[in-house]
Amino acid sequence: MIYLNLFIVFFKLGLFSFGGGYAVLSLLQHEVIDVYSWLNISEFTEIVALSQMTPGPISINAATYIGYKLTGNFIGALVPTIAVILPSTILISLILLFIQKFKESQYISRALASLKPTVIGLILAAGLNLLLPENFINWQSYFIFAFAVCLSLFFKTSALITIASSGLLGIMFKFLF
Amino acid sequence: MFKLALEIFWTFFKIGAFTLGGGYAMIPLIEDEIVRNKKWLSEEEFMEALVIAQSSPGVLACNTAIVCGTKISGKLGTFFGILGSISPSFLIILFLSKFIFEYKDNDIFVAFFNGIKPATVALIFITVYKMSKNAKLNIYSLAIALAVALVIYLFHISPIVIIFLTMILGNLCLAKKEENK
Repeated sequence: MIYLNLFIVFFKLGLFSFGGGYAVLSLLQHEVIDVYSWLNISEFTEIVALSQMTPGPISINAATYIGYKLTGNFIGALVPTIAVILPSTILISLILLFIQKFKESQYISRALASLKPTVIGLILAAGLNLLLPENFINWQSYFIFAFAVCLSLFFKTSALITIASSGLLGIMFKFLF
Repeated sequence: MFKLALEIFWTFFKIGAFTLGGGYAMIPLIEDEIVRNKKWLSEEEFMEALVIAQSSPGVLACNTAIVCGTKISGKLGTFFGILGSISPSFLIILFLSKFIFEYKDNDIFVAFFNGIKPATVALIFITVYKMSKNAKLNIYSLAIALAVALVIYLFHISPIVIIFLTMILGNLCLAKKEENK
């Protein structure tokens, strides 16, 4: 049963992810935290952090991690990972089959154009949902938040550098305070 | 035939394994390999592939692998393109998960994660800021973005509902706009 649920959740994720990595976060939160309670907020944030530090797309990383966590085996990790890419595999095959109709369709181009502001809203919602005591355990957390904002806004560091140095700061704080 | 399949696999594996920073960072690398090095597709074919990859939902890097794989050698290409593009992240996360579950309660490990959590939240807000700046939102689209965020944040409505609504309302509004022109 868990395999079927994993498959359904990540199939939906693949089918409704528009606008790049972060845009899937709010859907992932909705399914994995609100509906199924597979993860708590803290674990959820850990996965996002982890996928920022490793190569590969967030939804694939989350699928593999959550599948493995829930089942403890290889197949459990594989099922949701395949489920994420299945919808686009099917859709793209259809598009290639009906390529002429697709190019002329106004409905699709209008739908995609109108999704732009919505995608930004989805990401903002994901960020707001993570502003919780589980992620901000003490004043040092707020300091690290500000540190990360400064690093990536003013020094334009990559996500990997920002997150890794924040982690090191976390270790330093542990020994200082 | 089999050799080509292996080459497709390896091309997407390499790109998947060494690109940080998500879909858009991978596009120039994929183009380099497929158009210039291997000469599997022409510049024009690649551009068309990219448009299709971007208009389908899903993961951009995988979508690009799916379209390119299919265009290069049909079903076999699709399969090996997908396999190549998801294998690196799958294997890395599988390995890391085992490691994380083992050291979950280690003090240093916990301190490290306490550090990266607020940073991750910060990065999400920065993405929102950068995307809004790049998209040059007008007052209406800004209002839509804020409304979407608040509705999901406050009422925990499924984003799928919001996406459907956007596509339907967007079609109606844009059609009307074009009519008025």
